[in-house]
Amino acid sequence: MNQPLLVTATQKAGPKITIAVGAVILALLLALPLLSLLSPISVFHVSAYTLTLVGKILCYAIVALALDLVWGYAGLLSLGHGLFFALGGYAMGMYLMRQASGDGLPAFMTFLSWTELPWYWTGTSSFLWAMCLVVLAPGLLALVFGFFAFRSRIKGVYFSIMTQALTFAGMLLFFRNETGFGGNNGFTNFRTILGFGITEPGTRAVLFFATVVLLVASLFIGWRLAQSKFGRVLTALRDAENRLMFCGYDPRGFKLFVWVLSAVLCGLAGALYVPQVGIINPSEMSPTNSIEAAVWVALGGRGTLIGPLLGAGVVNGMKSWFTVAFPEYWLFFLGALFIVVTLYLPKGVIGLLKKRGEQ
Amino acid sequence: MRVTATAEFMLEPAFFPVEPNKDAGTSRDAISHGQRVGPGLDTRHGTILTLEDISVSFDGFRALNNLNLYIGVGELRCIIGPNGAGKTTLMDVITGKTRPSHGKAWFGETLDLTQMSEVQIAQAGIGRKFQKPTVFEALSVFENLELAQKTDKSVWASLRARLTGEQKDRITDVLETIRLTTSVNRPAGLLSHGQKQFLEIGMLLMQDPQLLLLDEPVAGMTDAETEFTAELFKSLAGKHSLMVVEHDMGFVGSIADHVTVLHQGSVLAEGSLEQVQENERVIEVYLGR
Ligand SMILES: Nc1ncnc2c1ncn2[C@@H]1O[C@H](COP(=O)(O)OP(=O)(O)OP(=O)(O)O)[C@@H](O)[C@H]1O
Ligand SMILES: [Mg+2]
Repeated sequence: MNQPLLVTATQKAGPKITIAVGAVILALLLALPLLSLLSPISVFHVSAYTLTLVGKILCYAIVALALDLVWGYAGLLSLGHGLFFALGGYAMGMYLMRQASGDGLPAFMTFLSWTELPWYWTGTSSFLWAMCLVVLAPGLLALVFGFFAFRSRIKGVYFSIMTQALTFAGMLLFFRNETGFGGNNGFTNFRTILGFGITEPGTRAVLFFATVVLLVASLFIGWRLAQSKFGRVLTALRDAENRLMFCGYDPRGFKLFVWVLSAVLCGLAGALYVPQVGIINPSEMSPTNSIEAAVWVALGGRGTLIGPLLGAGVVNGMKSWFTVAFPEYWLFFLGALFIVVTLYLPKGVIGLLKKRGEQ
Repeated sequence: MRVTATAEFMLEPAFFPVEPNKDAGTSRDAISHGQRVGPGLDTRHGTILTLEDISVSFDGFRALNNLNLYIGVGELRCIIGPNGAGKTTLMDVITGKTRPSHGKAWFGETLDLTQMSEVQIAQAGIGRKFQKPTVFEALSVFENLELAQKTDKSVWASLRARLTGEQKDRITDVLETIRLTTSVNRPAGLLSHGQKQFLEIGMLLMQDPQLLLLDEPVAGMTDAETEFTAELFKSLAGKHSLMVVEHDMGFVGSIADHVTVLHQGSVLAEGSLEQVQENERVIEVYLGR
């Protein structure tokens, strides 16, 4: 007799607790940039290091959410999302390089004794155009890749391998000096953004704030999608694509839409990451980075909106501790984590919490 | 205000009663009970599905071999045949999942099924229930029916879709028909085998196709459920055309007036169930099994 009451009680409490916890975290995140503006002697002062670290993790959280839209909802495991992130980052990075070099060419180009800007970097001294590139570069690449992959009905592990190959190819391309992407070193030594000093506390606070806004916006988009019929079609596609086709839905359009949306979100996250971290180089496209993103999502719980955020937070929190304490063991630990999650936590931390809640 | 039958309304009834085809047994021996005036589908000659000389081979093995089959508008046709006869392959050909190596497949008089994709065929009005019941397991019973509903199925429409009152009523009706009203919010993956069968049938009803292909619909159902399904199919015939593949002869006997026996990829016999059961070649095939 008691049990149904108890179950409904926890079910009712579930969303309330989530909303309360979410509100507290959001308030903290909004307070962080303000606290960073306090005088350094104040006990509440937040250091630039902490602000940058949290800002970086928030960018990763957006990537995790974007990856979860395609993996958790549509069942397309991408192992190449680092590429979209890096493309957004490079577009922003080039704008920052142009800001730093004034009327001249960026330093790495004069170093190669180039006299002209390559055509594809045309207009990048304009912030607006650079922002367009942040969206267009990952968006168009995802559109073209997705169009052909989905038309050829490439699925499952083949799809994952192709995305991995894509980011690897991107990395090799960007590594080369003659392609005009700054080679090995990438883009760094930024000075100003829109004329404001990039390391100034005010600029940092605004960039951090923008990241929080993007994260909340991504969450909202994800939530609206998950609530819509579109989201249910994605779930159906993940579980029984054939059935869906015989119901009269063309899966290609649905996949392409969510795939491009996801790539664009990653690009935007990359664009906010670069000015906060101060560097972008081809290692962001390395296959391990994209695999790591999949681990965040798997650990947090795919197919949920909060799970990936949690996963990105926990893994990156651990990573920043590990890389200080025992840097050489991080990758082993990451691998072990992935195995443990796959074996014992198929629904991630969120799945575990839900189960606890139901008991 | 009273609704009176207007001239236009009387000119376009949903249903034309037509005499059953007198030439049953000749080349186009489809029995037509009526002609449903479906939008865009031309069924002038009373035949909704025309398969001529269809062959399918898998690595040299002929799963279908010069098969000829005609289904009339509003007809309820049963297809029987031993395991491996090619019944499921036949449905794969009709729905575009498998391409025939040669042969003609027409839906109505004008739609060439061999040139259409699975999605186009489904949108043109052919619905299918799989042999292994296939529903969207992670979605609730209600959501399964919602997705199947006949409506604009483009990406854009799905992003903006809101269920109208009429659509909700339709779902409620179908839920009642398939007796899953009490499970409306359960994930479909938790349903029993028989319930999944019913849910898939319900999805077909929501889709409202002109031609329904049902691959072993009563497998795993209790006797009562089977009887109920027979009633349901009989009530659908006339308004829709049905092609039912079934091994359960009791069920076939209770619904079909016209049976096609498939063997090794070709039609072995056609006629009423009694007729085909007396056919010596059919007896041989079934006893020799
Ligand atoms: N994709 C395929 N590749 C190779 N052979 C196939 C394929 N699909 C079907 N077959 C073969 O074609 C033949 C007909 O198969 P089909 O599934 O159509 O039979 P069926 O009449 O539906 O049988 P059952 O009553 O067991 O469902 C079988 O011998 C089967 O092994
Ligand atoms: Mg079969």
